[in-house]
Amino acid sequence: MSILSDIAASLQRGEDDEVASLVRQALDDGQDAVAILHGGLIAGMGVVGEQFREREIFLPDVLLAARAMYAGLALLKPLLAKDGVPTAGTVVIGSVRGDLHDIGKNLVGIMLAGAGFDVVDLGSDVAPERFVDAACDHGASVIGLSALLTTTMPVMKDVVELVRARGLQDRIKIIVGGAAVSDAWARQIGADAYGYDAASAVERVRALARTPA
Amino acid sequence: MKQRIEWRPADTLPERGEVLRLQGIPAGVDPSRRVLSIVESAEAVYLEIAEPRALVADISQEAFAAVYRGEGRNAPVTPIEAVVARADALALFVATVGARITDRIRTLFAENEPALAVMVDAVASAAADRLTHLIADRRAALADHAAGRGRLTLGYSPGYCGWHVSGQRALFACLQPEAIGVTLNASCLMDPLKSVSGVLAAGPADIHRVAPGYEFCADCKTKTCIGRVQRWPIPASAG
Repeated sequence: MSILSDIAASLQRGEDDEVASLVRQALDDGQDAVAILHGGLIAGMGVVGEQFREREIFLPDVLLAARAMYAGLALLKPLLAKDGVPTAGTVVIGSVRGDLHDIGKNLVGIMLAGAGFDVVDLGSDVAPERFVDAACDHGASVIGLSALLTTTMPVMKDVVELVRARGLQDRIKIIVGGAAVSDAWARQIGADAYGYDAASAVERVRALARTPA
Repeated sequence: MKQRIEWRPADTLPERGEVLRLQGIPAGVDPSRRVLSIVESAEAVYLEIAEPRALVADISQEAFAAVYRGEGRNAPVTPIEAVVARADALALFVATVGARITDRIRTLFAENEPALAVMVDAVASAAADRLTHLIADRRAALADHAAGRGRLTLGYSPGYCGWHVSGQRALFACLQPEAIGVTLNASCLMDPLKSVSGVLAAGPADIHRVAPGYEFCADCKTKTCIGRVQRWPIPASAG
C-alpha cells in the first residue's frame, strides 16, 4: 500500500495523530503537497462521505475523520498557500441574524472543509451585510445561510436581495438550509440551492462552485 | 400556582439509545467502541455542568386559549387545539439544562473536537426533551393522569405542529421564566439554547394520536408526533 493509501485509511479510522505523522513522512519522502491532499486526505474523506451516505458509518465517525483531516491539512496548508494552489473554492457560511443555532452550520463547515473548500465561518446572528461583505473580501463564490426558526428565515431573503442589489448574483451563489427551511422556501426567495443536510449541502455547493460566472 | 423544579443532572441524563438516535444511529445498531467512548465523555460533560431546572404552572383551557392565540399567526387548523380540548389537565412549562452546556459545545468546536461537541449537543437536547416528562412526574395533576392506565402527558411547543413560534411571547409573558434564567430574543429564540417550552397536556393516550396530514406537516423534519406516543409505553390493557 502506498503512503497516500495509508493516509486515506488512517483518516477513515479517525486516527488524527497517525494521519499527521503519515503526512509528515510523505512530505519528508518528497511527496508533493497537492498529491497528498488529493490522493490521501480528500480521497479518504470521499470514502467517508460515501459510507455515510450509504449509512455504513454514522455522524460521530464522520466527525472523527474530519478531525483527522484537519490534522493533516494543518501541515499541508502553508505549503499549498506558498505554491498558490487553488482550493475547491471559498464558501462563506453563517447562521442568519437573530438565530443563535450553529450545530448544523458547523457540520456543513466541517464537511465542506473535508471536501477541499476554504470555509469562512462567520458564526451565528450574522447580519446580511456581513455575509455579502465577507464573500467579496474573501473572493467566495458561495454563501451558505442557516436558519432554524421561521422568524429568522426572512433574513435569508434579505441576503438574496442584497446580493442582487449589489449586482453580484452571477458571481455569488446562495445556498440555504436549516430545520425550518425547505426546497420550496429556497425557490420562493430566489436562493440558488437548498441543502437538506450537511452531506447534500456539500454536493449542492460543489455544483454551485462549478457553475460558470 | 407556579412551581420551580430543580433536578440533579444525574436524574435527567437521557437514555443512551435516544442520544444515539439523534446522531443518526438507529436502534439495533451497535456503535463502535470509539463512538461509545465519545458518548461516555459527553455524558460526563453533561453530569459535570448541566443545571436542569423548570418552571411550571397549571392553566385552564380558557386561559391557555389566550396564550395559544398569541399574535394570531398559528396555522388555521392544528392538532394542538383538538388535543387541548380533550385534555383533563394542562400546564405551561419552560425547562432548561442551562447555559454552561451551550458554552462548552462552542468551546469544543473551537478546540477541534467536533465529534464530542455534537455528542454533547445530542445529550443536552435529549435531556431537555426528557425534562418535559420529568415535570409531569413532579406535578401532581399531571402525574396522576400519567400514572393511570392508558393515560399520557405530552408536551406541545411553539414552533411545532402549527403553533407559531411567535407564541413564545405570550407564553413567556404568562409564565415569566426569566426567574429560572431563560429569556427570549427578538426572534423568539430561547436563551439558553438548550431549553424547551410549551404546554403539557394530560389525558387519555388517544388524545395525542395525530395523523400527520396537516399542510405544515409536509415541511416537518422531526415527524415525532406518532413515535413519541409509542415511545412512552401505555399498558397493553389500556383502552
